[in-house]
Amino acid sequence: MKRISVSASIPREGSPFTSVWTVTVKEMADHMGSIRIRLLLALIALAAMGAIYSAVHEIRSAVGEDPFVLLHVFSVSKEPLPSFVAFLSFLIPLGAIALGFDAVNSEYNHRTLSRILAQPIYRDAFLMGKFLAGLLTLALSLTVLWLLVVGMALFVLGVPPSPEEIGRSLMFLVAALCYAGVWLTVAMLFSVLFRQPATSALASLGVWLLFAVFWNMLAGLAGQIPSDQMSQIMTQLWFSRLSPNTLFAETMIALLDPTTRSLGPILYSQLERAMLGSPLRFGQSALLIWPQFAGLIAEVILLFTAAYVLFQRQEIRA
Amino acid sequence: MNAVKVSSALMAFRAPHRRGVLLPDPQPEELDPALAVQARGLRKTYGAVTAVKGLDLSIRKGEVIGLLGPNGSGKTTTILMLMGLTEPTGGWVRVLGYDPLRDPLSVKRRVGYMPDSVGFYDHLTARQNLEYTAMLAGFDYETRKARIAEVLERLQLSSVADRKVGTFSRGMKQRLGLAEVLMKQPGLIILDEPTSGLDPEAAREFLEIIRSLKEQDSTIMLSSHLLHQVQAICDRVMLFNKGEKVLEGTVEEITRQVMGGGGTAIQSANALPGHSSSPPTLDEVYARYFEQLRNDSNGGAGQEGGAGKPGSSPREAADSNSAGEVKP
Repeated sequence: MKRISVSASIPREGSPFTSVWTVTVKEMADHMGSIRIRLLLALIALAAMGAIYSAVHEIRSAVGEDPFVLLHVFSVSKEPLPSFVAFLSFLIPLGAIALGFDAVNSEYNHRTLSRILAQPIYRDAFLMGKFLAGLLTLALSLTVLWLLVVGMALFVLGVPPSPEEIGRSLMFLVAALCYAGVWLTVAMLFSVLFRQPATSALASLGVWLLFAVFWNMLAGLAGQIPSDQMSQIMTQLWFSRLSPNTLFAETMIALLDPTTRSLGPILYSQLERAMLGSPLRFGQSALLIWPQFAGLIAEVILLFTAAYVLFQRQEIRA
Repeated sequence: MNAVKVSSALMAFRAPHRRGVLLPDPQPEELDPALAVQARGLRKTYGAVTAVKGLDLSIRKGEVIGLLGPNGSGKTTTILMLMGLTEPTGGWVRVLGYDPLRDPLSVKRRVGYMPDSVGFYDHLTARQNLEYTAMLAGFDYETRKARIAEVLERLQLSSVADRKVGTFSRGMKQRLGLAEVLMKQPGLIILDEPTSGLDPEAAREFLEIIRSLKEQDSTIMLSSHLLHQVQAICDRVMLFNKGEKVLEGTVEEITRQVMGGGGTAIQSANALPGHSSSPPTLDEVYARYFEQLRNDSNGGAGQEGGAGKPGSSPREAADSNSAGEVKP
């Protein structure tokens, strides 16, 4: 006569996101006050200044005839400095990892986790709050950086940007944020997995190094497997597009260089009657990079889900 | 070492403890509204290890309960299951009438829990730490302000309220932990080893505060190793060993069970001194209990373990496990 029910099938009370905003605000305040983020912002700002300064010198001669001056400020480089976007694609992962690598394990180590989770919130809110705080901090930093660059370009070059340029560079900002989100979730995943912050920081940096340095070599190797040339190229492309770095790089190319028409191989037959070198409209470029964009977002969601599942199943006893 | 941690994390991923497991619900007539905590057959296993074996609990409102037992005897796991921080493998539990599995927010709102060696955010001040908890607990601005000021005053932390917690001593952190618990004005207070790591004087002061709570009819569960102080405070004590509640009752009842009664007298050379004249302290009872366990498992001849409840005599508990791990 025992009444038996599957507890799991009965919904728990309240929203899983009760108090998520409280956690977010507290964590964001922590990020903003931390020495870590100040160092990183200083580093990024310095690098940006240098890159922009040299780019402006490079562009200045051709200011009159260039319709996309602002975009070129982002992407043009002058030896020995790399371009602004090249700097960013190096520094964004660093910043994101710095914000995420000790998100969960430091709470264990400071023995605050069980105390916080004894308050009327779910673990969902705790993890989501931490993620949102990291993402908002990165968004804030990147937006400030973007304003800085655009402002400087205006000031130095004296050419007002067209709506098209503003749209493209804003979309570039969003892409940079998605790219940052990937590395933030990688770091948070490791912070759930490893109890030592040093281990999770090293693991995150290791993954970053893998994608930044070795992934293209691996993609090259994978590309040699099929026999005919076309499928060799496609395999290599497919493989390299698993990397967030490739996705971000392609997004940058398509957004900041309006003449980009394809991110893969083009057959001669497709080039018939094409006006090579003429720019695409913003909408067309957006269509071109939409798969890459979706890929970045998908990677964020996948990684966050993995971290979430692991965290839900963890014992909170310190 | 980290490989071990990763693999254990993956193990947890592969072996969900509770998916599809049928947990029984209590019959309505089984539930007693006068009880603050009620549990039947509460069980928790981690893989092959059983941390808590079929525990029955009944704690009345207004009672002060002491949880005793060696490290690893299942006290903390039990507490975590009461809070809904760990899911039981079997059995059911109701805390202040709520199911910690289905209504965890209601339980957490009404129960104040201070974990073993509680930690705070070192870079925040005492007040900011409390502020954060109060916001998570959902108090509005006025309530937060009033309650934080009140508990800081009560635990003599007002003068250091705006100092960073990183500079606090262990004792101050424990007091802050208790302040956080009291701030919620909970219907049940659970303190896990509140005096661990404290110097004797700080521990005494701390227990003094708990005693003052007792006078306000709070329901308190308290686990501690300071037995003579537990004896002075608690209405009842429960002794845990190897995941089982082996003894339960007032200190006098437990003393009778362990020390008195036929068949429990142990003719060992190192009989505890000083219990012949004055009534034995809980310290002595505790030491004696685990001494009996050891003797029994060492094959002590003809000693019938009359202590403990039927079915959970020290003898049985000792036989099913190696007594070498017992650390009284």
